[in-house]
Amino acid sequence: MSVPIRITLNGAPRELPAPLTFSQLLDELALAGRRLAVERNGEIVPRSRFGEARVVDGDRIEVVMAVGGGE
Amino acid sequence: MNAPERIEAADALVVGGRTYGSRLLVGTGKYRDFAQTREAIDASGAEIVTVAIRRTNIGQNAGEPNLLDVLPPSRYTILPNTAGCYTADDAVRTLRLARELLDGHSLVKLEVLGDAQTLFPNMPETLAAAKTLVADGFQVMAYCSDDPILAKQLEDLGCVAVMPLASLIGSGMGILNPWNLQIIIDRLSVPVLVDAGIGTASDAAIAMELGCDGVLMNTAIAKAGDPVRMARAMKLAVEAGRESFRAGRMPKKPYQASPSSPVEGMIAKA
Repeated sequence: MSVPIRITLNGAPRELPAPLTFSQLLDELALAGRRLAVERNGEIVPRSRFGEARVVDGDRIEVVMAVGGGE
Repeated sequence: MNAPERIEAADALVVGGRTYGSRLLVGTGKYRDFAQTREAIDASGAEIVTVAIRRTNIGQNAGEPNLLDVLPPSRYTILPNTAGCYTADDAVRTLRLARELLDGHSLVKLEVLGDAQTLFPNMPETLAAAKTLVADGFQVMAYCSDDPILAKQLEDLGCVAVMPLASLIGSGMGILNPWNLQIIIDRLSVPVLVDAGIGTASDAAIAMELGCDGVLMNTAIAKAGDPVRMARAMKLAVEAGRESFRAGRMPKKPYQASPSSPVEGMIAKA
């Protein structure tokens, strides 16, 4: 009954089991607990909603972090 | 009260409603490793440090140290920047992600580039992004060309600081047009910081002597032979330049020498 979903994650295609919350997605990616920010289809997904918000088929998701940089 | 305290109390940099003792802002790119990053930034005395926002490497980062562990936001004002963005839309998206990443932090550095060879700012896109960001509650420090008219437009749009280049990013060519910078400094009310092009300590001192409110640099420190020592040099240069500006230099007298020793009492005349 669990139909996999296809998303684009940081520009690369990826297939994942559904249903899937953002918390579960980050667990899956071994990124849980890290300082990062998530955008879905151009809109911020607030950290406070990771537990309930579902990743759905066709989502374009960006996961970003702070890195060294200046100008 | 010792001298540095006196300087800070009387002469703080105020950006976006926050007060800073240091007028040197530094980037965190191009260092050998995080240990060197931390040591250099510590030596610079900077309180505001810029970071870039980039995609997380999926599947390659287990246990990888995080820049924000090295430079904790509790100690530094982290200034996310939009380096690498070529459109207003990309810059706005990047800074919204940064705000989420930094728990609602709204002070940001906007930079919208025009082309990859010069990294010169795309000013129409910069102005468009600034307008959107200010309306969205961001406190925008804007990297810009040294055009006084455009710099004033950024101020009028509500930017909290305007940051004209001294020369191309990463070029180390120093201040190519002090006259334009002077016009910008004279006409704007918000802080004016030179961002980009500083190569060595004297460049930073000159920027401050012109009356800049601060200097932002990255490569001049990170790519110096000894980055930690250069970080210290830059700290001293910014302080020296600022104090020199505040003191007010002596008038130039190009055609008339003036001895510093008494002209009376020479033994030869006795």
